Amino acid sequence: MSGTLVDENPTDEAPRPEGHVRTKRIVTEVPSAVDRRFNFITMAAGISVLVLLLLVGLFLLIQSSDALGETGIFTFLTRTEWRTDVQPARIGVLGLLTGTVLVALVAIVIAVPFSVFCALAITDYSTAKRRKWMVGVVDLLAAVPSLLFGLWGFLYLSDKIVPISLWLSQNLGFIPLFKTESDASLTGSIFIAGIVVALMVLPIITSVVREVFSQTPPGEKEAALALGGTRWGMIRTVVFPFGKGGIIGGSMLGLGRALGETIAVALLLPQVPQKIGESIHILQNGGATVSGFIANRAGADSFTTSGLLAAGLVLFIITLGTNMIASVVVSKSRSGAGVDI
Amino acid sequence: MTATETPAAQAAATRTPPAPRRRAPRRPREFTTFDVWILLGSLVSAISLNWLIFYRFTVGASFFGFIVGSYLTFLVIFAAVTADRVGRLVATDRVMTVVVVSAAAIVFIPLVLLVGYILVQGLKALRPNFFFNDQAGITPVMPSTSGGGYHAIVGTIEQVGLALIESLPLALAAAVFLNESRSKWRRPVRIFVDAMSGLPSIVAGLFIFAVFILPFAKSGNPLFGYNGFMASLALAITMLPTITRTVEVVLRLVPDGLREASLALGSSRARTVWSVVFPTAKTGMTTAVVLGIARAVGETAPLLFTAFGYDLMNSNPFAGSQESLPLFVYRNIRKPDISAIERGFAGALVLLLIVLVLFAIARFFGRDRSKSKKRASRVSFSGLKSTFTPSRSTASPAKEASPS
Repeated sequence: MSGTLVDENPTDEAPRPEGHVRTKRIVTEVPSAVDRRFNFITMAAGISVLVLLLLVGLFLLIQSSDALGETGIFTFLTRTEWRTDVQPARIGVLGLLTGTVLVALVAIVIAVPFSVFCALAITDYSTAKRRKWMVGVVDLLAAVPSLLFGLWGFLYLSDKIVPISLWLSQNLGFIPLFKTESDASLTGSIFIAGIVVALMVLPIITSVVREVFSQTPPGEKEAALALGGTRWGMIRTVVFPFGKGGIIGGSMLGLGRALGETIAVALLLPQVPQKIGESIHILQNGGATVSGFIANRAGADSFTTSGLLAAGLVLFIITLGTNMIASVVVSKSRSGAGVDI
Repeated sequence: MTATETPAAQAAATRTPPAPRRRAPRRPREFTTFDVWILLGSLVSAISLNWLIFYRFTVGASFFGFIVGSYLTFLVIFAAVTADRVGRLVATDRVMTVVVVSAAAIVFIPLVLLVGYILVQGLKALRPNFFFNDQAGITPVMPSTSGGGYHAIVGTIEQVGLALIESLPLALAAAVFLNESRSKWRRPVRIFVDAMSGLPSIVAGLFIFAVFILPFAKSGNPLFGYNGFMASLALAITMLPTITRTVEVVLRLVPDGLREASLALGSSRARTVWSVVFPTAKTGMTTAVVLGIARAVGETAPLLFTAFGYDLMNSNPFAGSQESLPLFVYRNIRKPDISAIERGFAGALVLLLIVLVLFAIARFFGRDRSKSKKRASRVSFSGLKSTFTPSRSTASPAKEASPS
């Protein structure tokens, strides 16, 4: 269809007439007028997606210049307070970022093992019929809107998690991570938000990992089994090394989603920025995330809005970076990456 | 644990008494009735032990702690007994089988709980009048069954419909670009589409807010204020990558032979796409669109800065703030009065049902047709089994199912 084709077959030993000159036949594609228009339109659509994403960053930057200019970019990134009631307003995104990263990390730590096991159960531990069902259920988990997860987590799951938090803080309180202040409320904690977000990122990690696992060369799997290995031995020596990149990439993709998760976290956390110097208590009430904080302050005055847009810009850059790295890692880890026309 | 270890060496390591037993070949996959009894016995003893510890000897541990403790004890007992009977290697395998299967099963529990909870709570306040009334004249003292979410349903339909009109042409063209062209820009565009599908939806709302609403705030033009049209633009941004990715996967499943046949007959690329590729991929593309709708219907975050929410009926999406189902739920459950929260749950139930129906439709269109002989000429969209999440599998059955 494109490029050059050589009109000659080296294995073809047919006698050629005397004086035959071997020529290269150049095959080129000359697009018709319709095709030129077609190429142009589809190209424009593709590029416009690219441009759209750049525009998002650009416009957020322009409209947030008010707050960023007054606060200074570096101060905005390193200040933990968010106070608009004082003059001049002291706003910064670091306190929000801390919460965002903590929620995402809790979510990833919970979701990744479950996702890997779930993917294994789908690819290596089930019959074809059950596989279909399980993929359907994982997809359904992805289809449930974030709002409903938040609603359920806020009004149902939260009460169920509190005893666990209590138990963790009482028995594992010597670990700084699980420490709580005495008589602190245990609802609305980063831990609970992390669990709910874990449920939301689980489908995406599972599907990436599952796909990488299912591309494991069957010959190597069969060889491992034929050598007398058990199924787990086969998974450990063939499937895991093969799917390592997929697990890492899938986890990062999940991390990107977890960082941007909005409505559920807006409902679950009190959205009070984490103060610096104050030790982090993931089990007790408190914490804020960038996206949840923005969502809770929709319709604020113009300076606050400008600050929110700046926070949105920070979130945009972070999630974009995470997702891009993740998709590069995933696409490199795939054995079929070369087939990817 | 390596493959070089012979079964004999393995057996020698685990059997303490060097009795001259007959060497039996190790069968890792063999699972006898006796093994089932071991499984059950371990489970029962673990539960009993933990019941003693958690409910007799200590206080304060929750039911959850009991479950986790029992599970861990069960694994230990099961591992020990199996290792004693058939050796360490097989024991590891069996324990991991139990871990993998139970981990996968645990994932299903929250889904069931969530759907059940919303169903139970939603049915309390969901009455037929929910579909015919808005929130006019509703005060906090009125029962949750009064009023309704008619205005929210209308808003959702208008916003999602407009979003579909805005995003579908671009998404289809982008998918065609990714799959049918040979441009060197495909790789960056694909990476950006991937990145866009991970874009936090609130950023989409903020973007529309920053471009259209904020600069025109003083002009007083209702088209550039909070309204349904702005919401639809934000939703279109969240839908775009979903539809593009899914359509791209579907287009990839169209056999190359069909394209080549069409081109060989002299038709243009545009004609090939329009008359050969699209009709072949029709059902898969329907699935993609339905999935895009299902994703957009439940989005709340982008609407906060665009549609803003409104308690009364506003059927004009181009002027004035507008309600939608997710916003209705979000705004109501944050109110302090119980009747509002119950009303929010009614909205949540309607939303859940809509999403489930859309999901079922998508599964119906995307189902594997390779078995039905009547439709043998169609491509089987087995690559679409995972419908909601990115998929890049090059499905081989599709290539084999090319019509002759």
